Amino acid sequence: MKYLPLLWANLWRKKTRTIFTLLSVVVAFLLYGALATIDDAFENPQTGLTGVDKLITTNKFSLTLLLPFSDVQQIAAVPGVAVVTWITWFGAYYQESKNFVFALPIDTPTYFDLHKDEFVVSDAEMAAFRNTRSGVLVNSALMKKFGWHVGQKLPLHSTIWTQKADGSLDWTFDIVGTFAVKDPTQAGQQASTVLFHYELFDEGRSFGKGQVGWFEERVVDPSQSVQIAQKIDALFANSPNETKTQPAKDFAMSFVKQFGDVGFVLRAILGAVFFTLLFLTGNTMMQSVRERTPELAVLKTLGFSDAKVVGLVIGESLLLCLLAAVVGLAASYALIPVIRTVLQGIVTSPWLLPHGLGLAVLLALLVGTPPALRAMRLNVVDALMDKR
Amino acid sequence: MSETIVSLRKVVKHYTRGKQDVPVLDGLDLDIAKGEFVALMGPSGSGKTTLLNLIGGLDSPTSGEITVAGERLDRMSSGQLARWRARNVGFVFQFYNLMPMLNAQRNVELPLLLTHLSASQRAANALAALTLVGIADRAKHKPSELSGGQAQRVAIARALVADATLLVCDEPTGDLDRKSADEVLHLLQILNREHGKTIVIVTHDPKAAEFGSRSLHMDKGALLDAGILAA
Repeated sequence: MKYLPLLWANLWRKKTRTIFTLLSVVVAFLLYGALATIDDAFENPQTGLTGVDKLITTNKFSLTLLLPFSDVQQIAAVPGVAVVTWITWFGAYYQESKNFVFALPIDTPTYFDLHKDEFVVSDAEMAAFRNTRSGVLVNSALMKKFGWHVGQKLPLHSTIWTQKADGSLDWTFDIVGTFAVKDPTQAGQQASTVLFHYELFDEGRSFGKGQVGWFEERVVDPSQSVQIAQKIDALFANSPNETKTQPAKDFAMSFVKQFGDVGFVLRAILGAVFFTLLFLTGNTMMQSVRERTPELAVLKTLGFSDAKVVGLVIGESLLLCLLAAVVGLAASYALIPVIRTVLQGIVTSPWLLPHGLGLAVLLALLVGTPPALRAMRLNVVDALMDKR
Repeated sequence: MSETIVSLRKVVKHYTRGKQDVPVLDGLDLDIAKGEFVALMGPSGSGKTTLLNLIGGLDSPTSGEITVAGERLDRMSSGQLARWRARNVGFVFQFYNLMPMLNAQRNVELPLLLTHLSASQRAANALAALTLVGIADRAKHKPSELSGGQAQRVAIARALVADATLLVCDEPTGDLDRKSADEVLHLLQILNREHGKTIVIVTHDPKAAEFGSRSLHMDKGALLDAGILAA
C-alpha cells in the first residue's frame, strides 16, 4: 500500500493518454459484462422451472417445426394446467423488410385469459377486436412509431404464410384498438407486437392447417411447474412431434438462438475486443515506461531493487486495468436491467465480478510484463547518462 | 588518522563499445577519510563520473578492490549493491532527477519507501530533511514549480533523508547560476562540517572545488595529485 501514491502519480503522468486508455479498457469491460451475461444466459438458460407460472411448449428439435393443434386437448388435460393457448410465428413486416412487426395470430379468449392483467386495453377496443374478424390490436408504441391510427387498414407482408385465396403473402387487417403493457420490463419485448385472430389466419393460409407454432400454459400452482412440464413432454415422447416445455422467460432466448450459435458470436466479439485491447494498452504501457527511463534509473540509484522496479511497473498496469474493469463492470451491471427488457430471463451471474477482475489481472500481467522486464534490465549508469 | 570510509585498490574499469574495449580507469588507488569533502576535477572523459559511480555502488569494477563503509562493493551482486546503496549512500545529480509528478515532500520520501517506517514517520522525516536544507515551505510544490536552486536542495534532502553517511554529487551546481550554486555548495559544506557527512563531488568549477577539504585531479583514468585545501 505504501507504493500506491507513487503508482497513482505515475499513472496520471500523462493525463490525456491515461484517460483515453482507461476509457478503452472501461468500454471493453462494459462489453465483457454485458456480453458475458447474455452468453451465460444462452449457455445456461434454465432460470429454473420452480416457481414459474407460465410455460411454453415447442417442438423439441426446432422452433420452426410446427406442432399439431390437436395436442392442445392433451395438454389442457394435464392436472395443474389452468389455461392453454396457441400461437404461430407469422413473420411479418410493414411496407419494407426493415419495418419488422411481431404479428401473432392468437386464440383471443385463451390468450387474454392466460395473460390477464398483463395488457391494458379499453373495454370498447377489446369488444371491437372480439367482434371484428379482420381486426388487430396494436401496441401503442408501434402505432406511434408508424403514425397509424385506429380505423385504418393495415397491410402486412408475411415472409412465410401465403393466402389460400390468391397465394399472396400480403395480408390486410383493420386496426380496431391499441394496447399497452403493464410490466415495464416487458415493454421492450412487446414494442413491435400486433395481435390478430387465429381463426382468420388458419382459414386464410394456404398450408399448415391444423398446426400451430407453440403452446403457452399457465399452471395453477407454480411450485408444481417442474412436474407439469415433465408430464407435458412425456405425453408426446416418441411421437413424431416430441415437445420441449420451458419457462416462458427462456423462450425469447431460445428464439434468438435458432438464428445461430449466439455464444460463439459473443465470444468472438469479446476475443476481438480484448485482443485489440492487449495491443493498445500494451503499447501505452511500453511508451509510458520508455519515457520514464531516467526516473526508473533514479529509483534504482536510490536502492530500489530490480524486483521492486518490476513490481512498480506491474503494479501500475494492475492499477490501470483493475480501475477500468471495476468501472466497466459496474456500468454493465447498470446495463443489465435494460437488456432484460428485450431479453427476459437474463440474470447477473455471481461469477461475473470475479471472472471480470480475473480477466483484468490477466490483462494487466500481459501488458505489464514486457515493459517491466525492460525496466528490470535497465542499466542505471547508461540510463542516467542522458539526464546528468 | 581518521577512519577511511572509501578505499580503492588497483581499480580497473573498461567499457565495451561495440567490439571495442575502452579503458577508463587504469589501476587507480584512492583513500577518502570519513568526514572529508572531496572535489573530483578533470577534463571530460577523464573518468571522474566512472569513479563516482564505482564509489556510489552504481557500477562494478573490471578488476580491483573497492571498499566503502566497510563493505567490499566489488564482490556484491546488483541486488546486494541496491540494498547497500539504500543504506549507505545519497546521490545528487546535475539535473536534480526529481520525479516530476511528485511534490517535494513525496520526492524526499522515496528512499524511505525501502524502510519499515510508517507513513507518518516517513512524512515527518521528509519534512525534517527539507527543513535542514531550508526549503520546508516548498514541501507541497512540484519540481516544475521550483527554481533550479530549490530543486537541487530537494535533491540534497532526498540524499540525506535515509541518513546516508556518504553523499556523492555529480556536478551538483552544473545547472545553476552562480548565486544558487554558492548556496548549494555552502549547504553541502554545512552538511559536511556540522553533520559529519562524507561528500564526494565531481565538478568542472574551480570555485566549487574550493568548498571542499581536498581536491583530486584526474586525467586519462588516473589521479594526478591529491591536494589538501584549507578547511
